[in-house]
Amino acid sequence: WLLRCRSLPVAGARPYYADTVARLGSEPDKHSSVYQENYERMQVIVDELKSRTEKIKLGGGEKARRLHTSRGKLLPRERIDRLLDPGTPFLEFSQFAAHELYGKEEVPAGGIITGIGRVSGVECVIVANDATVKGGTYYPITVKKHLRAQEIAQQNHLPCIYLVDSGGANLPRQADVFPDRDHFGRIFFNQARLSSDGIAQIAVVMGSCTAGGAYVPAMADESIIVQKQGTIFLGGPPLVKAATGEEVSAEELGGADLHCKKSGVTDHYALDDNHALHLARKTVRSLNYRKNIEVTTEPTEAPLYPADELYGIVGDNLKRNFDVREVIARIVDGSRFDEFKAFYGDTLVTGFSRIFGYPVGIIGNNGVLFSESAKKGTHFIELCCQRNIPLLFLQNITGFMVGREYEAGGIAKDGAKMVTAVACANVPKITVIIGGSYGAGNYGMCGRAYSPRFLYMWPNSRISVMGGEQAATVLATITKDQRAREGKEFTAEQEAAMKEPIVRRFEAEGSPYFSSARLWDDGIIDPADTRLVLGLSLSAALNAPTKKTRFGVFRM
Amino acid sequence: GVVRLVSGDVRRIEKVLIANRGEIACRVMRTAKKMGVRSVAVYSDADRHSMHVAMADEAYHIGPAPSQQSYLSMEKVLEVAKMSGSHAVHPGYGFLSENTEFAEACKQEGIIFIGPPSSAIRDMGIKSTSKHIMSAAGVPIIGGYHGEDQSDKRLQAEAAQIGYPVMIKAVRGGGGKGMRIASSDADFLEQLESARREARKSFNDDVMLVEKFVEDPRHVEVQVFGDMHGNAVYLFERDCSVQRRHQKIIEEAPGPGISPEVRRKLGEAAVKAAKAVNYVGAGTVEFIMDANHNFYFMEMNTRLQVEHPVSEMITGTDLVEWQLRVAAGERLPLLQDDIILGGHSFEARIYAEDPNNDFLPGAGPLLHLSTPQPDQYTRIETGVREGDEVSVHYDPMIAKLVVWGEDRSAALKKLRYCLRQYNIVGLNTNIDFLLSLSGHPEFEAGNVTTSFIPQHYADLFPAPIAPSGATICQAALGLVLQEKKNTQEFTQASTDPFSPFGSSSGWRNNIQLNRNLTLQVGDKKVDVLIQYNKDGSYNMQIGEESHHVTGEVEMEGGASFLHCSVDGEKSRPKLVMLDNTVHLFSTEGSSQVSVPVPKYLAGVSGSGAQGGAVAPMTGTIEKVLVKVGDKVAVGDALMVMIAMKMEHTIRAPKAGVIKKRLERPAVDVKQCGSCVRVWFSLDR
Repeated sequence: WLLRCRSLPVAGARPYYADTVARLGSEPDKHSSVYQENYERMQVIVDELKSRTEKIKLGGGEKARRLHTSRGKLLPRERIDRLLDPGTPFLEFSQFAAHELYGKEEVPAGGIITGIGRVSGVECVIVANDATVKGGTYYPITVKKHLRAQEIAQQNHLPCIYLVDSGGANLPRQADVFPDRDHFGRIFFNQARLSSDGIAQIAVVMGSCTAGGAYVPAMADESIIVQKQGTIFLGGPPLVKAATGEEVSAEELGGADLHCKKSGVTDHYALDDNHALHLARKTVRSLNYRKNIEVTTEPTEAPLYPADELYGIVGDNLKRNFDVREVIARIVDGSRFDEFKAFYGDTLVTGFSRIFGYPVGIIGNNGVLFSESAKKGTHFIELCCQRNIPLLFLQNITGFMVGREYEAGGIAKDGAKMVTAVACANVPKITVIIGGSYGAGNYGMCGRAYSPRFLYMWPNSRISVMGGEQAATVLATITKDQRAREGKEFTAEQEAAMKEPIVRRFEAEGSPYFSSARLWDDGIIDPADTRLVLGLSLSAALNAPTKKTRFGVFRM
Repeated sequence: GVVRLVSGDVRRIEKVLIANRGEIACRVMRTAKKMGVRSVAVYSDADRHSMHVAMADEAYHIGPAPSQQSYLSMEKVLEVAKMSGSHAVHPGYGFLSENTEFAEACKQEGIIFIGPPSSAIRDMGIKSTSKHIMSAAGVPIIGGYHGEDQSDKRLQAEAAQIGYPVMIKAVRGGGGKGMRIASSDADFLEQLESARREARKSFNDDVMLVEKFVEDPRHVEVQVFGDMHGNAVYLFERDCSVQRRHQKIIEEAPGPGISPEVRRKLGEAAVKAAKAVNYVGAGTVEFIMDANHNFYFMEMNTRLQVEHPVSEMITGTDLVEWQLRVAAGERLPLLQDDIILGGHSFEARIYAEDPNNDFLPGAGPLLHLSTPQPDQYTRIETGVREGDEVSVHYDPMIAKLVVWGEDRSAALKKLRYCLRQYNIVGLNTNIDFLLSLSGHPEFEAGNVTTSFIPQHYADLFPAPIAPSGATICQAALGLVLQEKKNTQEFTQASTDPFSPFGSSSGWRNNIQLNRNLTLQVGDKKVDVLIQYNKDGSYNMQIGEESHHVTGEVEMEGGASFLHCSVDGEKSRPKLVMLDNTVHLFSTEGSSQVSVPVPKYLAGVSGSGAQGGAVAPMTGTIEKVLVKVGDKVAVGDALMVMIAMKMEHTIRAPKAGVIKKRLERPAVDVKQCGSCVRVWFSLDR
């Protein structure tokens, strides 16, 4: 490919005469059939993403919503909107949690809304139960999403606000919710540990908090309860009746009056949801929280090219190649990219940019990884850790190169270098899967297992151990060999019949919706929103002080 | 103009003390500065930070807020005059301006009192005397009783003799104070007592006169000026007919529909009046004029009047400059033949008052104040700035808006144009009322009488029109943009100034933000559903109607303007946001929309408020008429309160027994909530 760089004077900070910085990217040929087809198809899948999300936004359906609001309660998303500084963004995670996960049972967003937003000027993790979805009960995925939110809070040092309105564990699924390490109990373990790390834990009780759920406000640093709506008890009235025969109303057993005036389980008494959210905002103001960012910042500058051109450049056909620099040019400030080792290991693109003024080291795929690319990536990760620059991985990777020559060249140890570097890097890492994510390439490019602070997927992307075609071919080849050993025939029809379901299954399981439903990522995003999502993620990530990186042994 | 100086007779005025406050003090200082005369201000506790103090070259504190102990204190003012080495004292209007003792005391101290000789003040200040003098000088007068027998019986008999309706007036009164109309024998005594009480309070003198009350007259007055050399001129008439509470509200010069013949007769009568008392300085001869343009001498005001600027505008003069020159012994700068009437001028008095509540005077902070741009033909005579307070202790006039035009309709158009740009937030004003008044067809036609307001009451107080959907959208946009600005400012000042969390795009992942904003529009609550669009515009839904809204706030000359487009229609109203309220001022008028204070923020009101009597405003209790245990019926007077220099009777809201008295009298009623304070609680 051609290096399409232009030199332009810097407009912004640190002016230096004759200072020019490479601007990246090129004007796409919008009339080409490839661009137009790409654009249209990406538009279709983005539209689908949005319409599906709009449906999820509604939560548990018309009837449940009406019942909820008839009690004078706000819907969970309204609660979040009013909790946040008005009109500011909300970086919501994993909207597709539980998507087609429980057969016929629909659990929109997993019955819990999580995300990061500013409250009284402080970036906070917000966890809001949606009582319109199965009474806000915890399905296994609900637990996972709640724990992931706490993990985000822990990694990024963000205060947590729990808007509690939940019936507790989903009893029919208790076995998948209650006992294991990363099950319900972990929520309170996390609350205790987060608090001990100095990460504020604030609970707003806006509905029931039964049994285990009672510990959310009880374990919080500060808690607020809404009169006549919020209740907290270890055992609800039916359980009390069953256990002791005592008849007591929910309000008497664990209402705001009891908990604010007698038990002291809650600290603040709210007249209604709005009041409770107002009190939560005041509580955050009293945290005496100051964001100390350890990186330099510069004024924000928009990229030179419109973000929606990404649709036409990338498209939905993973077999079609595109230059990741064109993607970078539509994400970073002023489309400026200081490329590192441009002419070495060129299937991996590395370089420095800024996104919303924050420095970022970008690693993007431009093809399969070779030894050189892996070593270049390793070098670049070391640089970023040395300089305390957050890392951004733009994944579009089929894997490391295979073949005798490459195995002999030590691709396994070079790949291992990159995996080691990625695993050990303590600077904030953010991954966006913009195309394919296959095999060890996923590891080297900071897949979920490598604990990036945030991992997002584009709706066109696919994730699996290998491509469906390859998997089917591998399996077919093994079968063919086996048959051959047994002296049996393996016809082309038989082969096709065998491959077809494998390809279909890989296709289905590689879908970003399949991934997001299981929380393998933090959400599917519109490619055109990538820059903003990354800016928000970086802003959130920079709340945490960066720990010094110490790399493990690099096999040389 | 030709200046005639007489050597040897000219006294030096290089420093002048202005024994006044507010706009007139500022007005005098402006001319003093222009003439190179140093100005000395005096101020009370309440005026420590007032504009007239800031404008003066020197300023001296003269006592507490009540004017009796400050601006009306002759000793204190004189002491400052001596101490500061002032050559002259300008009394302005009100306060000491028509006080003979003060004029006399100045003379004794060798300080020039800028005003007529004390004899003229005395003669003209006592209405009975003034009428005798005028009658003798051949000036037409109206019948009445000006006698010394002040017994109720005698006054009532004289009233009956003259024939009702009659006007009861304090002999030393002025400015509508100590003045009452009795329409029949039945209410004569009550009105008399009320007039006396007010007069005692204001002038420390309750001698009353009674005279025929002319129905629907015009109030026409002539500006006169005399010097020490025996010259006296008139600067034509002013019409000040339109009044409320017997106080002028809008004045113009020359009088509409007055023929040059009548004008000359008026002027000559006024000069005759001035000469009859050897008048020196600025004075005003007031006449009442009937429908046939017959006029009768009413009184002579021996001071520079509030409305003097309209005379200045039509004659191209500076009457304060004339005052200073004449006081220094110079001759009048112009003689009668040199004074030429040109164009037409209006003055609108902008008051802190509530026209919808019987023009009840108000007080409070001027949270926002923006005015039209002053120029050669537009004067803004004011003594307050944004952030100042209209004090309960003094006159609630905020400003005088004075305009000039080639003719009456041009001037009127200009007046209305400027009034729309006079925007005040923080207290009730009469600006909207002045607009409907000056836009009334009868006013436009010049058909003005002192009964104008009651006659056209229905037209002048139209039912309020509910703001349109577009206006509500503008207000909502104003609020959203304000939030945006707040967020932006916070972010910029933070340790992380470029974070996208500080943007106000309302961005949500894959979905659109729909926000419900509840607004208080009049007495209704309106829900506005705001959708944040990707391009920065908003869709706003109000009930069934949906609007597409874009815009931004731009600053211009210290004021904010909302440049906005609602469904493609562009407008740029002035935008003022205070606390929870959005005020929009456009050429169509003003509207206000607020965000209701949530119940959890609204203070819990005292239970004592129930069944209690409340004072309508902040003020001082003058007299308490009941005691604990008294039985009262609905409407019974409970107490008399003085506020804004006016008397207000607080009456029982319902029958009952006085249970408790909550405050001592003669203590300022504290402002609480919306100027309401419980004074009595009543048992049923």
